[in-house]
Amino acid sequence: MATTTLRPRVGVVKLTSCDGCQLTILDLEDELLALTERFDIVDFPEATSDRSAGPYDILLVEGSISDPDQVERIHDLRARTRLLVVIGACATAGGIQAMRNWGSVDDWASSVYPDPSLLRVLDRVTPVSDHVKVDAELRGCPISPDHLREFLTALLVGRRPQLPDEAVCLECKRRGYPCVIVAGGLSCLGPVTRSGCGALCPAFGRGCYGCFGPREQPNVVALTGRFEADGLTRAEAGRRFAGFTAWAEPFRAAIPEDGPARPIRAASRGASHAR
Amino acid sequence: MHGEGSIASAGVDERLYAVDELTRVEGEGSLRLRVRDGEVIEARLRIFEAPRYFERIVVGRTPDEVIDIVARICGICPIAYQLTAVHAFEALFGVQVDPSVRALRRLLYCGEWIESHALHVYLLHAPDFLGLSSAIELARLDRSLVERGLRLKKIGNEILSVVGGRPIHPVSLRVGGLWHAPRRPALAKLRDDLDEAVEIAQQTVAMVAAFEAPEFAARRLLVSLRHPTDYPMDEGRLVSSDGLDLPATAWEQAFREEQVEGTSALHARTREGEAYLLGPTARIALAGERLHPLARAALDATGQEAELATNVFRSILARAVELVQATVEARELLDAYEAPRHAAIPWRPVAGTAAWATEAPRGLLFHRYNVDEDGIVRSARIVPPTSQNQAAIEADLARFAPSVLDLPQAEATRRFEQLIRSYDPCISCAAHFLDVTVEPVG
Repeated sequence: MATTTLRPRVGVVKLTSCDGCQLTILDLEDELLALTERFDIVDFPEATSDRSAGPYDILLVEGSISDPDQVERIHDLRARTRLLVVIGACATAGGIQAMRNWGSVDDWASSVYPDPSLLRVLDRVTPVSDHVKVDAELRGCPISPDHLREFLTALLVGRRPQLPDEAVCLECKRRGYPCVIVAGGLSCLGPVTRSGCGALCPAFGRGCYGCFGPREQPNVVALTGRFEADGLTRAEAGRRFAGFTAWAEPFRAAIPEDGPARPIRAASRGASHAR
Repeated sequence: MHGEGSIASAGVDERLYAVDELTRVEGEGSLRLRVRDGEVIEARLRIFEAPRYFERIVVGRTPDEVIDIVARICGICPIAYQLTAVHAFEALFGVQVDPSVRALRRLLYCGEWIESHALHVYLLHAPDFLGLSSAIELARLDRSLVERGLRLKKIGNEILSVVGGRPIHPVSLRVGGLWHAPRRPALAKLRDDLDEAVEIAQQTVAMVAAFEAPEFAARRLLVSLRHPTDYPMDEGRLVSSDGLDLPATAWEQAFREEQVEGTSALHARTREGEAYLLGPTARIALAGERLHPLARAALDATGQEAELATNVFRSILARAVELVQATVEARELLDAYEAPRHAAIPWRPVAGTAAWATEAPRGLLFHRYNVDEDGIVRSARIVPPTSQNQAAIEADLARFAPSVLDLPQAEATRRFEQLIRSYDPCISCAAHFLDVTVEPVG
């Protein structure tokens, strides 16, 4: 076992999110116990009742910023952290809850909650990097266990983590999957999306929906044009980007201005709105 | 983090038991329990997760988009959300899937139950019974015990990876079937692993049956699905210990959600206003005769079935029995599996109401979508298990409190936290449907 004094002090916290990215840590079943010997997990409320308010050598942050308390909290955490690492699409790009950025928060709240005046939320859902300096990011919805393993290993041995910035397409080619755009006529975000999933959706015969967000210099305009050439309207082509990393540019710019939702036809029968 | 305080003024003894941030639960919640002169005057499980508005996010989306979106409600039980939505749409559109497709979907759900229950039993809940703060601490005392739990959890995740693509937010489910159906050889390794998983699950039952649980007996209304032949999971009728028996699509006939002044929750209650309990304990009480003979034998060997129905601290046993159920059922599904001729069949949208309920690891999950003739969602209601259990949790806190008021405050607070953990609350699920109050703390 490593000596206690040298172990980096690690915290794992969440903001607005589904818990899936921090669960990825607990899903490293084969390495988890070894990791707890190399790292001193000082705060990880989902996993331990031992708590610490810092300081942290490394802080893994899951989730987006969506209420005023979280803004205050992330500044506070930043001040007590040496290496702040954002994990997952919510923390790095806003996540699926950023869909409300295309609408008005009041309208959204009143469509779900009986008394929206009790809600205390920000107008916009934003990634952590809009608020504080971020030292590293692991992308994905959820993050890749391979990336997490590589990142933690690199930290321990003191080298730069090797995280890919290439298109999902390259993964597809390496694995020999047939192209779902060319062979299947599907709209796939693989050409503009960063790899990390192992080209999971093409492996299942479906188009990529962008979990890892845009890669460097993605040609979204050309891909949207391709979707249109395959028969989608411009609006439908744009909506393909309205997923879990929609708020990341340039995906954001591709989405129709009135938002990701399709117009709803007038009711032909009495479907009721319960709330 | 354990706040406490005594106010003794003018002869009034008021005590506050508070946990600002509950640990070893999924998501962010707090506990607040106030006692005045030995009487509980407030018992609250408060949820302070920020809302995510899922019921609005799905409006204007196609059914297959909804399947991918609702997974993100919960990183621990995404299949529960996906499968409930798939069934709801297929019921409305009149889609009958191939029996092999149903088998694969049920296999996915077994994988999720195994992963979720193993996580809760070994990493989140077991430390409570041993007076420890975490599985990390537990591993220092008994590393092989934690390794066993991690192995079981990993096998659950492997099922999700092979059939769903990945353990968290799987990609294989779609309306009409699956995006891809594995061939038999791709499942061969899983089959070997499941023999080991069944064995670990059986050991788990024996292990948790030996745990000492605080004494607590409370009769409460129990609710679950019930199926003519199968243990309740993806299909069945809605039943209760009071004799309720409805199609699962009719949840809204029997239950309602209400806003409670000063709490952060829309509590679900029966139409008559009664709190009720969902989850493994309710399923075993209401559908225990549908357990596989191996799961039944494991439960019978403990001699604790009667206590299980009334002492929620024993819920860890119900989860362990369901680990046997899910591992054995997964193994039998694999043995009988033949790849379907078509992984998915075509479907046409129909305007109307799509509703369904399934049994998530934590209990009954209800979805209802109103769709237009293009299949586009117009409105939605999603009722996760934890928001249904919340009223029962608070009622149990108040009932349990008097028995520990003589203990030192920190110890009593620890027991309250243990009680909450016994329901395996998934606060990040629940929160997305609950409103958040700005009640001043303290």
